[in-house]
Amino acid sequence: MSLPVRVGTLLVAFLAVVGGAIFVVIHYLLAGPPTVDFTSQAAPGQPVHIVLQEAPQTTVSDRPDWVSYFIQDPASHQWVHTTLFKVPAGSMIDVTVLGYDGCTPLRNPFWGKISGTVGNVEYVNGKPTQVLNSWGECSVAHTFSIPGIGLNVPIASPTTLAANNNLCGTSPCTSGPHTTVTFSFKAPATPGSYFWQCRIPCGLGFLDGFGGPMQTIGYMTGEMEVAG
Amino acid sequence: MAAETQAATPAAKAGGPNHGLRIFLIWIVLALAADLVLWFVLGPHIPPGRLGSAAQGQQFDNNVMIAMSAPVLVLVLVYFTYAIVVWRRRPGDDADGPPLHGHSRIQALWITVTSVMVLSLAAFGTYELIVPYGAGGGEGPSPIWNPPGAELTAAAQQRPWAPGHVLVVQVIGQQWRFTYRYPGLGGFETTELVLPVNTMIQFDVTSIDVIHSFWAYQLGVKADANPGVDNVAYTKTQHLGRVTVRCAELCGLWHGAMFNYGKVVTVPQFQAWASSTSVALADVTKLLPPYSTTYDPTEIAHLGPVLQKLGLTGAGGGYYPPQDPSQP
Repeated sequence: MSLPVRVGTLLVAFLAVVGGAIFVVIHYLLAGPPTVDFTSQAAPGQPVHIVLQEAPQTTVSDRPDWVSYFIQDPASHQWVHTTLFKVPAGSMIDVTVLGYDGCTPLRNPFWGKISGTVGNVEYVNGKPTQVLNSWGECSVAHTFSIPGIGLNVPIASPTTLAANNNLCGTSPCTSGPHTTVTFSFKAPATPGSYFWQCRIPCGLGFLDGFGGPMQTIGYMTGEMEVAG
Repeated sequence: MAAETQAATPAAKAGGPNHGLRIFLIWIVLALAADLVLWFVLGPHIPPGRLGSAAQGQQFDNNVMIAMSAPVLVLVLVYFTYAIVVWRRRPGDDADGPPLHGHSRIQALWITVTSVMVLSLAAFGTYELIVPYGAGGGEGPSPIWNPPGAELTAAAQQRPWAPGHVLVVQVIGQQWRFTYRYPGLGGFETTELVLPVNTMIQFDVTSIDVIHSFWAYQLGVKADANPGVDNVAYTKTQHLGRVTVRCAELCGLWHGAMFNYGKVVTVPQFQAWASSTSVALADVTKLLPPYSTTYDPTEIAHLGPVLQKLGLTGAGGGYYPPQDPSQP
């Protein structure tokens, strides 16, 4: 083999390795769900409105059988497959969650207690609620919990057999049986990242339901970035 | 040649300084000074502090080990320094050093001293583990070393608590938060860890999902939180203050954020807090499962009728059995 051929082969191999490394870094390590920014929409002194939905599946992703949250972009009103959002520090946050998923009991019924919201209350289809009994009735699908600020909101589910058997089949959901849960809380005055999570073991296909979407940002856990 | 070397070595000169005595005297002064400084100046600041009896015991143990190891370190440093200064090569000195031979008395002394140190520390460590009721470590579901008044059955733990008695606090690990249940105060569960001062605390640590570890740093308590296991640890609160609680077992995505702060308050403050918290959480307390030293959330006795009514199984409404499916 001549010298130019050997040099060329070496160069190609080198570029292949470098290219592979760059692909891995960009595709796997740096890639992540987008952050929905609510800071630019917030008028001074006015509450920030966040609309979420929980979908029984994620047909827009490569994990179609995973349950997932979606966030509605405040500008375009399009659903974004992400669990990252940014809010202004110290602002009042009004949250609406459209619960399209069916019921699953809480692993610890203690988390049926609403805490950290204004008045420690949530509104399920307009009805003020302070605690949901997921062990006594089909009432809870997931939770929206930010441990760092003591926020815990169980998200109510459709309660009937008919509704649970006819859940929305394409995500993000635009129709189908669902509940509407609203609540308000005050964002921390200290800028920083606050993780949030679901406390229902909803990772279908994983041991005790704890893997998959439960452990993956963009599905059933994410971060609230509080901007100064 | 050997005779020349011997003659050229200062130590070998007749009437030369007694290097061994010199090193010993320098060492004894510096070692004593080091131990005094370490014990009285640094000692009170050695982790984990004195908030709880277990923590104080651990601090004492750390200080004892420091006090015993410091003279060894000082001896090594003194010898090195002495050798560098006194036996350094002088200008024009090209002679070899003296031949080295074994010294049975020094060897025997070294072996004896180090053996005594190690064995005495082993005995000391064992004593320090037994006397303070496990030294703050989890002793498992059947602890060997129990303080007077320890409550080891669920029924006993639910007897109403009174000041001066052992306070049972059940620690429940779950992704990614510890909750605390007070069986002797009505059985309420809360995210707050509040403890009365001058009280023997019995932590009954368990988990309802994966493996966690309850680490109450300033109290000197560390106990694994395993599902299906009641891991008992003791400490006595000695001062008012704040407690940092961290999970010390990698437990999933947000393990690093699994921490909270507790506090040790006066007994009246604790009683007031317990009373108000019990009332505030009454609506959810009645939904909790009956108090038990462990919980199996995959078996919810009264959940069956709800699921049957709905016709839901598995992911549609119930828990997955432990063996199904396996982790990919």
